[in-house]
Amino acid sequence: MYPKELKYDREHEWIRTEGDVATMGISHFAQDQLGEVVYVDLPSVGDTITAGDAFGEVESVKSVSELFTPLSGEVVEVNETLADAPETVNEDPYGDGWMIKVRLSDPAEVDDLLDADGYQAFLAEEA
Amino acid sequence: MLERIGARSVDDLFSVVPEGARLARPLALPAGQSEVELAEHLLSLAARNTGAGAVSFLGGGCYDHYIPAVVDAVLSKPAFFTAYTPYQPEVSQGTLQAIYEYQSMVCQLTGMEVSNASMYDGATAFAEAALMAARVTRRREVVVSAAVHPEWRETLATYASAGALDVRVVPACGGVSDVAALRGAVSRQTAAVLVASPTFYGTLEDIPTIARGAHAQGALLVVGANPVLLGVMQPPGELGADIVVAEGQPLGNPMSFGGPGLGMFACRQDHVRQMPGRVVGKTTDVDGKVGFVLTFSTREQHIRREKATSNICSNHALNALAAGVHLCALGAHGLAGIAEACIAKAHHLEAALVGTGRFERVFDAPFGYEFTLRFRGEVRAMQEHLLGRGFLAGLDLGAFDAADAGLVSFAVTEKRTRVQLDSFVQEVAQL
Repeated sequence: MYPKELKYDREHEWIRTEGDVATMGISHFAQDQLGEVVYVDLPSVGDTITAGDAFGEVESVKSVSELFTPLSGEVVEVNETLADAPETVNEDPYGDGWMIKVRLSDPAEVDDLLDADGYQAFLAEEA
Repeated sequence: MLERIGARSVDDLFSVVPEGARLARPLALPAGQSEVELAEHLLSLAARNTGAGAVSFLGGGCYDHYIPAVVDAVLSKPAFFTAYTPYQPEVSQGTLQAIYEYQSMVCQLTGMEVSNASMYDGATAFAEAALMAARVTRRREVVVSAAVHPEWRETLATYASAGALDVRVVPACGGVSDVAALRGAVSRQTAAVLVASPTFYGTLEDIPTIARGAHAQGALLVVGANPVLLGVMQPPGELGADIVVAEGQPLGNPMSFGGPGLGMFACRQDHVRQMPGRVVGKTTDVDGKVGFVLTFSTREQHIRREKATSNICSNHALNALAAGVHLCALGAHGLAGIAEACIAKAHHLEAALVGTGRFERVFDAPFGYEFTLRFRGEVRAMQEHLLGRGFLAGLDLGAFDAADAGLVSFAVTEKRTRVQLDSFVQEVAQL
């Protein structure tokens, strides 16, 4: 449920880094809490995002949650398929449910992220 | 009940209110009246209304259209008349379906893809359209034509004073929007161009050209319309409008000294998540049966708080129902017939008034069933005199803007008979 090769943060995002580009989405826990996702509001390619800020929103039938980024940089790709198939976030949160790719402006920020064990420990604390 | 909860009197229930805050005497109200006495009293108050029976040529956003009896008959059904907001779909299917049908008809009239469940009135719908355009485009400035009703512009200014919008007003020219000036005022900072057709003067705008000017810079076009005229005019949605709003009072709602009104609001499906107000949707229940619900609720403030599309958490359900019943009773052909009658009568009166020599034309632009002429004399005195003869002789536009002193607008609806029109013209000729 929490792939070992990914990093996580306390806002329930997962992060995969390849060189200076990071791919982000929401974790299994997040999609489960939200219920059926009906809409994902993502930034535009070219937008600059800053660690700690909200970069978008994810809507389920009865709630809206902001999406926070733990990393800063420029948005280089956005998952357009989520516009027509938002439920992909529930079905495959770590694969086809990816949300944005960011070219990192401060790669050192990755060091502050949690690994899979750290994230699961965090979840256990929260419960 | 008092015995049940262990209280000796109703006063016991207020024991938590400090002595110093309590009223120590009975309320100063007159004694109760019987229904007969009360009816007499209210009738005598109503009789004090001046001009209540006068033949009206007043317009300016509020029109004297005929309301078929079926509207009241449907509205008065207690299930509609006293229904609360349909938050619980299981017990609100009638209300929800009625609103869904109203929304569907608004889409047909305006040529837009989605309508909300209605807003308070045309003026606030207009302001909300500006705010919506700002959200959609992520820009702050809106350009509005001075040919739009001054009270709609005033409402927009009130909303803008909170700081979310910068409003630029472009002067009118010849009673319509100055299309070139509008285009010149639009930049990459402009969220929307806002116009109304018909204008405050009754004239019709060149929507396609105005649309091109807005879209060239990525701005949206907001058009304020008249729902009766939409029965015969090409819908703004087909002419380039991105948001269409209207004051829906002409459909099924009495003038009532100015309200309550009906804010019609329609937009493109692409922008639906930024649309304010309630929306009713059609869906199926767990057994596969068709049902109606409030939908897209995540736009609203009880879900989204400060990021909601608006602070509105209501609609004018009864006014929208009245409009919906009226439209159903008329049908498309009936509505077109009403619009054609209004237009024909208005053009007849316009020519006849000019023919008396007491009024002159000022604008070349085409008009629907409302038009503006210049009076050769004192407007107020003329209106007072004609009121004494049983006529509400139009709207004194100088009262709204000193630059329009001498201009009078007239609205002619299907209710104005040949006899009324001819009598009015005769009175004017004898001024």
